[in-house]
Amino acid sequence: MSRRYDQSTTTFSPEGRLHQVEYAIEAINNAGTCVGLQSSEGIVLAAEKRTVSKLLAPSKTSEKTYTVDDHISCLVAGLTADANILIHQARLASQRYMYNYQEIMPVEQAVKSVCNYKQAYTQFGGLRPFGVAFVFAGWDEHYGFQLYQSDPSGNYSGWKATVIGQNNQAGKSILKTDYVENSSIDINLKLSVKVLLKTLDSASPSPDRIELSVLRRGEDGKITHTMLSDPEVQFLIDEIQREIELERKQTEAASGDM
Amino acid sequence: MKLYELNNDLNLSTHAAASFTRGELAKALRKGPYQTNLLMAGYDANTGPSLYFIDYLASLAKVDFGAQGYAANFVLSVFDREWTPDMTEQQALEVIKKCIHELHTRFLISQPVFVIKVVDENGTRTVTL
Repeated sequence: MSRRYDQSTTTFSPEGRLHQVEYAIEAINNAGTCVGLQSSEGIVLAAEKRTVSKLLAPSKTSEKTYTVDDHISCLVAGLTADANILIHQARLASQRYMYNYQEIMPVEQAVKSVCNYKQAYTQFGGLRPFGVAFVFAGWDEHYGFQLYQSDPSGNYSGWKATVIGQNNQAGKSILKTDYVENSSIDINLKLSVKVLLKTLDSASPSPDRIELSVLRRGEDGKITHTMLSDPEVQFLIDEIQREIELERKQTEAASGDM
Repeated sequence: MKLYELNNDLNLSTHAAASFTRGELAKALRKGPYQTNLLMAGYDANTGPSLYFIDYLASLAKVDFGAQGYAANFVLSVFDREWTPDMTEQQALEVIKKCIHELHTRFLISQPVFVIKVVDENGTRTVTL
């Protein structure tokens, strides 16, 4: 019955739902996992890359992590082509703000402007919604480091720690038990790798599948966003795998003593 | 400014407000200019008080003291002599008194009444000397 009301994005179903928007949100659930963790001195961003092949040319741009401005970065889950449009809009909004106010755009306003742009495609034009969800990370002088999540409907929410994309429920349950507020960037780097290792759909984690980066604020007040190098990522993967192995042995030994 | 506050649950900083205003003047400059000069004063919790001089050609300058109109010709020299970086509000009001006296003595046009405002962490208020 709902089939009749799901063709046009801009039509409500009799139950009051926008099916096209819901389908768009579904599309994200098959996308590469993205993790964002707020730490005491910055934000850790981690993402699983989908297209891995020996034949892929090493590119300067990434498929998951993007810079919106010096003080705002984001992770993408979903249709990369759609994401490029939205990121361009976000960059424009940030520069427009700087042009008008001669100050950096507060992070929430940047997120809001992207979300308002997305919302328009759920209400007019007859065009399909964007099949992208974002994890936005940024710093401003009003609220310090902030983490936001947004989906194709144009809704956004602020988080201390979040996971989107494939297996995000599994990721979120790990975060519920293991995430500690205000812990250091190093602890959160390890935690983000731990989450990704659990949500990864392949058995062989390697640096070319994982994009790790940190947004932090230096002594001079400048915000920097640095990607971790392959050796650094490999080091973390090894550490986490060792810890998981240790845990497994301990629980085996404990249950054996029964 | 109020719209910004309502939409974003945030106050615009003085610097941002001044930049925005100057931008509006600049946009109108080659269409239908605003024929108005401004002195914009504000107080921000993190940076304290600040004063901005904006003129009808959309110049913007952050200043320690300023004046618009004919008064500038008389009053800027008083400020140059009397202003110090660590002045208190009382001392500043004394200087204002001197400026008003200067204008009453030397300025051609009689302006008996001046409205004096103070901007600080509690907002804006009118004072009488």
